[in-house]
Parts: sequence; structure tokens; C-alpha cells
Amino acid sequence: MIVGTLKGFDQTINLILDESHERVYSSQQGVEQVVLGLYIIRGDNVAVVGEIDDEADKQVDYVNIRAEPLNPVQH
Amino acid sequence: MRDHVHFVRNYLRTSFSANAKMLFYSFFKSLVGKDVVVELKNDLSVCGTLHSVDQFLNIKLTEISVTDPDKYPHMLSVKNCFIRGSVVRYVQLPADECDTQLLQDAARKEAVQNKKR
Repeated sequence: MIVGTLKGFDQTINLILDESHERVYSSQQGVEQVVLGLYIIRGDNVAVVGEIDDEADKQVDYVNIRAEPLNPVQH
Repeated sequence: MRDHVHFVRNYLRTSFSANAKMLFYSFFKSLVGKDVVVELKNDLSVCGTLHSVDQFLNIKLTEISVTDPDKYPHMLSVKNCFIRGSVVRYVQLPADECDTQLLQDAARKEAVQNKKR
């Protein structure tokens, strides 16, 4: 999943995300954050666009979360 | 008259001029405000209040909660989200929110119309 500032979008949900970083979930170690910068994401690959609530995000302990990565979308 | 019953009657009345793909769009519009569970094609299930829907059946949910938060902690900091229509597998609703017979009849009629075009 990729976290960033939504700068723009279009009808096909192509997205422009600034200051983005990828959160990689793993069942072995804590959440890894990979810095990406400015990204254009093609809408075909977008499943969900979620608005992050900053208060709730601060409560989450990313170091200790263990989870399988999300499955790919299968049509 | 319940909302969705009203929309289906209205839809059937205008069916000759209505766009062939609008049935479920209208159906979901009548469900705005109700709580639903959206199951995605990546197996994630999200519960929330239906805020809006569009012609592509993209869905906006508010006050979301994941059905299985231990398996899917990915959405812990998200309260509202937009779900692309193409990734929805199911939209689960309580039985009393849906007049199945009416919906089936309307869908059948639409299928016939689509065939004729």
C-alpha cells in the first residue's frame, strides 16, 4: 500500500501522489517504509483510495504489526 | 414506499429512454446511508456506511471498519475510503434492505432490453 498526498486524479482513477512511501507489511518483521517521492499510479492498479486520519495513524504501532501482505486483485 | 422500491418503479417507467446500464447504479443510489460490507477481489472485506456511488459503481464508504482487523490491519488509520468499482466482488446488505423479487424482475427486463439493442 502506498501513502502520499493526493495531488490529482482522473476518471479512470489514475492518481498523482506526492511525498509518497510504500508500507510493506510482513508476517516476520514490522512494517517497512520505502520512500518513493512523486508517483503517478495507473488507475487499473488501484483498488482502494483511503483517507488517512492523522489522529488514528499516530495510534498505530507500525513497528510491532505483523500481517500478510494484501492479496493481488484477481478478476 | 421504501426507497429502492420507489427507484425501481421509476426506472421501469422511464425504461424506454433509460441508459441500459443504470439499473444497479440507481439501486445503489437508493441504498446511500445504509451500512454495507464490501468484499473486494483481493479478499479484503470492508464494512461502512454507503456515502455515494457513481456510474462505474465506484463506492465511497464512511466510518469504515475491516471485518477481520487482525488479518488486515492495513486500514487501521483510514476512516473514509473510495473503492474502485472494478475491484468489488460483493456488496453485502441486510435482506430487509432489498426487495429481491423486484430487483430480479427489473434486472430481467434490463437484460431483455440489452439483448434487443
